[in-house]
Amino acid sequence: MAKPIELEINGKRYPVNYPADTPLLYVLRDELGLTGSKYGCGEGQCGACTVLIGGAPRRSCQIPLSAAAAKPITTIEGLEKDGRLNPVQQAFLDAGAFQCAYCTSGMIMSSVGLLQTNPNPSQAEIVQFLQGNVCRCGTHPRIIEAVRQAAKMMQEHGR
Amino acid sequence: MSNVEGKLFIEPERYEFSAAPFHQFELARRDFFRILGAGIAVFAIAKDALAAQETAPGPRTFHNEELPKEISAWLHIGEDGSITGFTGKAEIGQNIRTALAQTIADELRVPFESVRMVTADTALTPFDAGTFGSRTTPTITPQLRRVAAAARDLLVGVAAKEWNVAPAGLVAADAKVSDPASGRSLKYAELARDKTLAQNLPAEDPITPAAQWAIAGKPVPKVDGRAFVTGRHQYAPDLRPAGMLYGKVLRPPSFGATLTAYDDGAAKAKPGVFVVRDGDFVGAAAASADEAQRALDAIHAQWKEVPQISNKEIFSYLKQNAAAKTDDRFRKQKGSVEEGLASAAHRLDATYNVAYIAHAPLEPRAAVAQWADGKLTVWTGTQRPFANRDELADVFHIPESSVRVIVPDTGSAYGGKHTSDAALEAARLARAAGRPVKVVWTREEEFTWAYFRPAGIIEIKSGIASDGALTAWEFHNYHSGTSGVDTPYVVANQRTEYHPVPLILRSGSYRGLAATANHFARETHMDALARTANMDPLDLRMKNLSDPRLRAVLETAAKSFGWPRKKTQEGQGFGVACGSEKGSYVATFAEVAVDKTSGTVRVVRLVEAFECGAIVNPDGLRNQVVGAMIQGLGGALFEAIEFENGRIKNPHFLSYRVPRFRDVPEIEAVLLDRKDIRSAGAGETPIMAVAPAIGNAIFDATGIRLNNLPMVPNGLRSA
Repeated sequence: MAKPIELEINGKRYPVNYPADTPLLYVLRDELGLTGSKYGCGEGQCGACTVLIGGAPRRSCQIPLSAAAAKPITTIEGLEKDGRLNPVQQAFLDAGAFQCAYCTSGMIMSSVGLLQTNPNPSQAEIVQFLQGNVCRCGTHPRIIEAVRQAAKMMQEHGR
Repeated sequence: MSNVEGKLFIEPERYEFSAAPFHQFELARRDFFRILGAGIAVFAIAKDALAAQETAPGPRTFHNEELPKEISAWLHIGEDGSITGFTGKAEIGQNIRTALAQTIADELRVPFESVRMVTADTALTPFDAGTFGSRTTPTITPQLRRVAAAARDLLVGVAAKEWNVAPAGLVAADAKVSDPASGRSLKYAELARDKTLAQNLPAEDPITPAAQWAIAGKPVPKVDGRAFVTGRHQYAPDLRPAGMLYGKVLRPPSFGATLTAYDDGAAKAKPGVFVVRDGDFVGAAAASADEAQRALDAIHAQWKEVPQISNKEIFSYLKQNAAAKTDDRFRKQKGSVEEGLASAAHRLDATYNVAYIAHAPLEPRAAVAQWADGKLTVWTGTQRPFANRDELADVFHIPESSVRVIVPDTGSAYGGKHTSDAALEAARLARAAGRPVKVVWTREEEFTWAYFRPAGIIEIKSGIASDGALTAWEFHNYHSGTSGVDTPYVVANQRTEYHPVPLILRSGSYRGLAATANHFARETHMDALARTANMDPLDLRMKNLSDPRLRAVLETAAKSFGWPRKKTQEGQGFGVACGSEKGSYVATFAEVAVDKTSGTVRVVRLVEAFECGAIVNPDGLRNQVVGAMIQGLGGALFEAIEFENGRIKNPHFLSYRVPRFRDVPEIEAVLLDRKDIRSAGAGETPIMAVAPAIGNAIFDATGIRLNNLPMVPNGLRSA
């Protein structure tokens, strides 16, 4: 077996012994037990597996380990800090922006990514950005509202 | 039509259902208290016919003590004051975990936070036929209320005995029993201490009317919401018991293909790989999903395929293969359609086609199976844990008592998770491997090997008088089903008939069943009739409707929408549709914008009024109603399964288009709360009127009448 690939996830380092072309999602879920990132299609079409790589939202089912190494990775498990939810998590909770909630991790990670580059997105920008995330329960209006509320919260608290 | 001569039939479009099994209830009273700890337990006995339909036939033994066979819900109050409600229903995103806990808290007079629900676990919860048909609210909510009311009486009784006073003067509130005369009070926890009191509900207890609800009826947020926004909740695909292997199944190249040649030598030679062949089932388990897949890739298999029709021929096939003579219960007639048509001022004949669609739940079918000492435990996302258990017991020739099926709160189902496929596959592989095995279907497997909402044809012949009153109505449904087949409009001369056709693709339940197809046809037809008579489509409906609840949702939605509206832009159109099913009422209004050059159809706004009696949780209900509207939009405009030679041609989200953010219009849901009417379910009816409202709006915008679902999979092609 080749040299382990080192991943930095949620501030911790993990050496993993997998072929370099293994999609990140499978290592997160099956090897590291970080099952908050969901398998929805394995084809980059639904967004349920979204994580942040170097701060940018990426479909972890489409990212080979080789491309994920050497950059900090954040998964849904890494958003909560000292028992405090990230404002996007809090906004989803406050808005009840989920039904079965299987898409929720991916929605939240995509939204965190959006707000990092665009702290005050318009409705059209939110819609455009989340177009690749599928919610089959039809909770879209509340998700949009949650992202708007999160943006507001982050601006008010200067983060 | 599902209720003929007062007897309940399972709707024929629930093709995936088999006959009801015989069940033995195995949980002993001592086990019950051993699992839950001492305290007070109350068991509900289903009283009404509808609830009885959901329970199994045959006796259930509570070991030495016989339990009544219709037990359908129970409740336990622990010595620490913890309250646990039990139901065999599953949480699949419809938010029953919250709504049922609200109901118990309300009736037992305890804080909402002190109630926990145990759902869909065949070892711990009462038998349940399945989470379908919008049945949880109308059946389980009143039963849990009766159980909670009886538990309250029991606690009052314990306190009365303790204080040696009459129970009538005591008050139960805030999780305690108080004696206003003496000022004494005892907490429920204190009253339950050192008790193993169990009571079967003797009769229908009086329960709190909706007008006096304190916790039910309120927008309580989803229980465990925090576990979902942090990714901590574990769905079935997230479970990883120690020593678990990953399983994969070798799928045939097409439906109905049979294995003719097979060599698994190379696959079996791989270290750490378990290969199973059992009939036409071939699967592999290994330390990773990738290794299991590579083992399957190394198997040499040849299949004999059978010729099959494609989606291009489906509608002519359905018509040609319909049963020559239908069952009496599928036919209904009143007056004379011929005379009604002869007397009509305007007549209209039309045919409507509805394509196969997929549920595409975001959590694909998945199961983890574990064998120990000849007993099998399966964790799986299913709407029918007890049916899964029975099928597993049957297949593996073990008693039902040796199988436990547990349903973690599931990543949606929409009627699509009634079968046991993944559970059977995981259990088969786990038995061969001697270790737990997890099987998670790929998206392609989910789109191919699950089941579909059946395609169908609907033919309508109708007539109206010059004032718009219906004079004749003849309605034929081929294949798709009988739900919502009866017209809510008053018409003296009518004939309704359902024509079964043998299955082509594997088909089954889907949110609303055939009610969506039947409402699409009927409500599109009513709109066309109004145009023929040059009448306002809402006026024509009101002219022919007597049901005050249906009239009320139409009036309410019309007001919110601003009907009738004047067009202010090119390509703008407005439409209306309505209906009633499973005890609830819906009216939907749509505004569309059609770009006549490009053929692009955009739904600009949807307004829906919905009424299902007394609302248990307005926040959860709104989520369900808005969700159904958006889901309905997909089937209305573009969702369709394409197939040919036993293969699904679009088994991916890239080729099977589901509603996404850009498709979502401005949405308004108006909820009518009828505290004077018993709560009905709400999971299905809100989807029914979406497609015809949109179609009618497209006609209003363009003059083009669309009679097929989906209406514009490739945009609107003008004639």
